[in-house]
Amino acid sequence: MENTYQFKEVMSREERLAPGHRMCAGCGGTVAVRAVLRALHPEDKAVIGNATGCLEVSTFMYPYVAYEDSYIHNAFENAGATLSGVETAYRVLKKKGKITDNYKFITFGGDGGTYDIGFQSLSGAMERGHDMVYVCYDNGAYMNTGTQRSSATPQFADTTTTPAGKVLNGKVQVRKDLTAIMAEHHIPYAAQTTYTSNFKDLHTKAEKAIYTPGAAFLNIMSPCPRGWGYDPSELMNICKLAVDTCYWPMFEVMDGKWKLTYEPKKKLPIEDFLRPQKRFKHLFKSGNEDLLVQFQNEVDKRWEELQKKCSL
Amino acid sequence: MAIRERLSGNEAVAYAIKQINPDVMPAFPITPSTEIPQYVANYIANGEIDTEFIHVESEHSSMSATLGASAAGARALTATSSCGLALMWEELYVAASDRLPIVLALVNRALTGPININADHSDSMGARDSGWIQIYAESNQEVYDNFLQAYPIAEHKDVRLPVMICQDGFITSHGVENIELVEDAPVKEFVGEYEPEHYLLNKKETMAIGPYAVSNYYMETKRAQRQAMLNAKQVILDVAAKFEQMTGRKYGFFEEYRMEDAEYAVVIIGSAAGTCKAAIDQIRENTGKKVGLVKIRVFRPFPEEELAQALKNVKAVAVLDRSEMFAGTSGPLGAEVRAALFGAKADVEVVNYFYGLGGRDITITDFEEIYGKLENIAKTHKINDMYSYIGLRSK
Repeated sequence: MENTYQFKEVMSREERLAPGHRMCAGCGGTVAVRAVLRALHPEDKAVIGNATGCLEVSTFMYPYVAYEDSYIHNAFENAGATLSGVETAYRVLKKKGKITDNYKFITFGGDGGTYDIGFQSLSGAMERGHDMVYVCYDNGAYMNTGTQRSSATPQFADTTTTPAGKVLNGKVQVRKDLTAIMAEHHIPYAAQTTYTSNFKDLHTKAEKAIYTPGAAFLNIMSPCPRGWGYDPSELMNICKLAVDTCYWPMFEVMDGKWKLTYEPKKKLPIEDFLRPQKRFKHLFKSGNEDLLVQFQNEVDKRWEELQKKCSL
Repeated sequence: MAIRERLSGNEAVAYAIKQINPDVMPAFPITPSTEIPQYVANYIANGEIDTEFIHVESEHSSMSATLGASAAGARALTATSSCGLALMWEELYVAASDRLPIVLALVNRALTGPININADHSDSMGARDSGWIQIYAESNQEVYDNFLQAYPIAEHKDVRLPVMICQDGFITSHGVENIELVEDAPVKEFVGEYEPEHYLLNKKETMAIGPYAVSNYYMETKRAQRQAMLNAKQVILDVAAKFEQMTGRKYGFFEEYRMEDAEYAVVIIGSAAGTCKAAIDQIRENTGKKVGLVKIRVFRPFPEEELAQALKNVKAVAVLDRSEMFAGTSGPLGAEVRAALFGAKADVEVVNYFYGLGGRDITITDFEEIYGKLENIAKTHKINDMYSYIGLRSK
């Protein structure tokens, strides 16, 4: 599928997330959702699931819905389980001849609904091997409730529950590596991506995730202008810096085989990614140089580990 | 021809599930309901039913997956007890407001604190405000019969609400009794094919379910749920009438036992009604005192007027609650029965007791004492032991 990416054709597909929803300008989540839905083959039907979060409250506010496909929101912590029920119903009804169309099953959750409160439900759904895709749009905090820290929040990020103060420098802990954890479920396909330039990496992975039989997990870094504190017009640049500093490496794990899908020609220093974001402003105060070193060390350590896994 | 069998309450429910052959059953093990999914898994393993089992990792996920399956257009169900129901609590509300005709086989068990695996009603009573229809059983026969009636009630277009079929943990779930089963063909005809009007996998239209609704729509949603619950009353009676035609067994909102001339009545839910009936027979035979029983079958919707009508001519009523609500006053049944009698301006003395928490037995002797107390209350118009616990070892 990788070599057949045709930018114009993909971009001219009919939108499956209609305009008029209430997501913010410069929101990375919306870009991620649209990009994933573009990977559906136009002839296929889909049921879209959604954990409670920004996306859900902004795209299905009664009586308006932004999805062209059937859509189900249940609660915050159970997008995995809910869609597994839908997918199972599909298999039974298809077997009984009550349904003839082809359906694909994709559910979206933010990092709060995926890394944290929905983690168990996600793990169960993946382990059971439902033919569905769980997409995490990871913006690194509970943005819908106003930027509270999650286990996806990077170390030192200033959030409303880990404020950078006189004695604390934002979040104390480092972030959870959820994509690796999902890969260790030995599901057919797990991948991590974001959108840079022509959306090829995201599109290719979304298509693989949707069309690989069985459970698939896709983790998409999706910046949030309010929570991260960047100018909305800078969205694509932020993503580019995330991958070029190796803060957010793009890789996939298919049938147990780890593969980097992007390697920066020149690995940039982490400061380049952190500097445009208000949530890291305190790291650039004099006296905090060691925090930047710590951050860089963590990125380097993880990048090396990932490179090892991918070279096996 | 009816089939005569000896089954436990759990087996009876599982057998009903086999006969109905629903589409999807997510379930998670918890005592004492575990046997129900085990039996179903066996039916599946032996190719006896088409049901797809989802081996969920928690009860929250079992109700979430049941909800997803039902929204997709499948006939879906699950089974649980106690803490399992508590873990589903959030989902119970979603299922009811989404108007999904899910059936839940609940085997009543005490909620933890301390952990206890025996029967009381603290689990289902905790869920009484969730918007589910609740139907209780005294015996294995009743839980089987109630289960067969669940989908016709839940799926009725005037109702479209989830239904909880409750039985007492171990007492009926594990106790083996003689039972009369209906043959497969009449069951299939009685329950019918599920033909949802709106569902996610509908070829003709897409559907979105589970919206965010702010104050300009939320209240209308609740009023619609209330209306469905009101409509359910007639549907429950209609389904029961149809069931009676098929089996000869008669059901309503509650059963009245020797109430025609009763002066003293007990109101109770579930298996303890059997013990109460035995006490009534003995008391009537030995003393001639006019004692009777009203056994609640349908707690949600609550049959307020009908119950007041049934109790308005007695002198004194003891309402027995098998769960606390720690108001420092009534139990849930006690509060509702008293409200019903107050609303009907019935001149009846009402006392409310707690019994059977965490599986504590209630005996014929206990009921004899209760009827003795009612006689005294009627005579003196004084209640000295309101809200007391029956069979308590220390005060």
